[in-house]
Amino acid sequence: MAGDIFFDALRTALGPTAAAYALLAIGLNVHFGFTGLLNFGQAGFMLVGAYGVAITVSTFGGPLWLGLVMGLLAAVVLALILGIPTLRLRADYLAITTIAAAEILRLLVRSTAAEPVTGGVFGLRQFGDDFFAVNPFPGGRTFFGPLAASPNRAWVMLVGWSLVGLMTLLVWMLIRSPWGRVIRSIREDEDAARSLGKNVFSYKMQSLVLGGAIGALGGALFALSLQTVQPDTFLPQVTFYAFAILILGGTASTFGPVIGAVIFWFLIGSLQSGLRRFSDAGMLPDFFGAQSVGAVTLTFVGVLIMSLMIFRPQGILGDKKELQLDVS
Amino acid sequence: MARVSRLGLLVLLLLAVMASIAAPALAQEAEQIGGRISSEGEGVPGVEIGVATPDGEAVGVGTTDENGEWSVELPASGTYRVTIDTTTLPQGVELRDPERQELEIRVSEGASATALFALGEREEAGSILGQRLAQSVFNGLKFGLIIAMTAIGLSLIFGTTGLINFAHGDLVTLGAFLAYIFNVVLGLHLVIAGLIAVVLTAVISGAIDAGLWRPLRRRRTGLISMLVISIGLAFVIRHIVLFFFGGSRRPFNDYTLQIAMNVGPVRIQPVEVWVMSLSVLILVGVALMLTRTRLGKGMRAVADNRDLAESSGIDVQRVILSVWVMGGALTAVGGIFLGMIESVDYLMGFRLLLLMFAGVILGGLGSAYGAMLGSIIVGLVSEVSTVFFSSQLKYVWALGVLIVILLVRPQGLLGQKERVG
Repeated sequence: MAGDIFFDALRTALGPTAAAYALLAIGLNVHFGFTGLLNFGQAGFMLVGAYGVAITVSTFGGPLWLGLVMGLLAAVVLALILGIPTLRLRADYLAITTIAAAEILRLLVRSTAAEPVTGGVFGLRQFGDDFFAVNPFPGGRTFFGPLAASPNRAWVMLVGWSLVGLMTLLVWMLIRSPWGRVIRSIREDEDAARSLGKNVFSYKMQSLVLGGAIGALGGALFALSLQTVQPDTFLPQVTFYAFAILILGGTASTFGPVIGAVIFWFLIGSLQSGLRRFSDAGMLPDFFGAQSVGAVTLTFVGVLIMSLMIFRPQGILGDKKELQLDVS
Repeated sequence: MARVSRLGLLVLLLLAVMASIAAPALAQEAEQIGGRISSEGEGVPGVEIGVATPDGEAVGVGTTDENGEWSVELPASGTYRVTIDTTTLPQGVELRDPERQELEIRVSEGASATALFALGEREEAGSILGQRLAQSVFNGLKFGLIIAMTAIGLSLIFGTTGLINFAHGDLVTLGAFLAYIFNVVLGLHLVIAGLIAVVLTAVISGAIDAGLWRPLRRRRTGLISMLVISIGLAFVIRHIVLFFFGGSRRPFNDYTLQIAMNVGPVRIQPVEVWVMSLSVLILVGVALMLTRTRLGKGMRAVADNRDLAESSGIDVQRVILSVWVMGGALTAVGGIFLGMIESVDYLMGFRLLLLMFAGVILGGLGSAYGAMLGSIIVGLVSEVSTVFFSSQLKYVWALGVLIVILLVRPQGLLGQKERVG
């Protein structure tokens, strides 16, 4: 049984969901890790990315590439709307505004009034046919052993992890550039950056837009991998999964979000697979139902976030010197 | 985007009209959806009902005959969306529940399904605008008072420690959940169960400060780190409650079946009167305590300027602990009251948290009176919005207030300007 659980967990850790969350965490790293912006609404950016694709293709019958462009544009607009009122204020105002905005978006998308466009609580389906039509993998199983996957899943995994690689490279290059030095100096001391003549507000806004767009890309990937979007996928807890991934991997380290996503989903996968298998084998008490698996998993995420922040705030790859964050 | 979606809606509408003209000609004997529209027992003729697939593609339009009966033939089994055209209803007749203008109906193979649209006066409020407005103002006040009670703790914790406590909403859930255990599981009367739950939540809240936050403050952990830790804590509390309580909404045992009285244009249940008067009493009590007692003055002094308070001999750590205990007790009261007028579920506190944030920021972060004022406004905004807009969106309006206030007056209504950078 231990072997089964291990391979289940490995499949989860390398699956499309982990890749999508890695993208969310890379976006958060730009915000929180490098600029010190506390974005608690990454679920909102994910939502606009996913619905950008779904609405363009399913509702209006547009092409997939247009859907991706719409999703990214919507993320840029969302970042501007959120940034203008809050980026001049203290960091915690941004946190409250972003979590509120993400909830506003979710409630709007699931409302009856929006149903002709968004599908309401039922969401939208079958918008990724163009994406799977160009799948180069032949029928049957792809890859070997524990990594065996259906061709569609293998295709999403390939595209997903390639995107993660590309975005990691992009962030790595940006952070080493003069631009990256400015946003890190804003994180360290906003007033110092301002006194050197840097337009702090504008740099923060650029960071918010960039990280939000990467989050939207994660949302689009997530939606494509499932071929369905539903508003209640984008609950606030999604953002905090991404935060757990970021802190675990190492805040403000380039590869932290990637390592974090793989390890986080390995832990979640083994926990869920283990609980389910033990439950099926009758080794757990009767009241332990399917819902309990979710409850235990989420409690575990909470404990993980708390204990990492208290005992090892730099995570696995992080540098403690990069974490002199405070509200200022 | 807005123009694109409007254009899309127009196209859909055109498609629907075209399809509805074509559909009857294609109809065959097969599955169908039908029903009877009646008002006070009499069939209502001439009402149009549209049937469409979940993708919005129109299948057909039915019109009620003199008996109020209608039916639409379907091309196949499956799920259909049935919409009543309220403009075709006769004068003075409207849907009992305006939210149920559109129904999702599943039709199995070879069967005919029934779509029910209930007509008549809305149960909760009259159809007259003034009456609905009065009722919503009443509901808003009731809701706002509950938000206010829970928000004072949030605001005072921020004022004294600088921490935005994301776990505050889950203390609300915890209070209601503990009361539920003592009331429903152990069978105590709700008043006794509630008192026990309030004391327990206050103790737990104090223990969280003494066991978690005080050591972190001593280690000089940054405020952002503490904020993220509070989210972890919120996750832990919320999902432990989910584990034991499950995801459903459940009422308390007492004060549930009550007959509403008509007071002027407003329908009021006795339990609501109690909840509101007790809330007002508690809020006045807290205000008096903050201005008249030594401890209350200490709280305000620490919130105003921590270093000055410390150097003038106030035991800051003790004051912070009392803020947590008091805040915990107040959140539990709020949670129990919310459970009494609605029901108990594991997400109730989280939903309230965002409204608390809105109230606290509207009133001014760190100010207890601001939290009271802001919360009541937030409660009013969210309830009154249901008179004019869909009730599904009532939190959207309340959270919209939050974003607007940050744009125009970030320090809040009663906040001091220099607090914000």
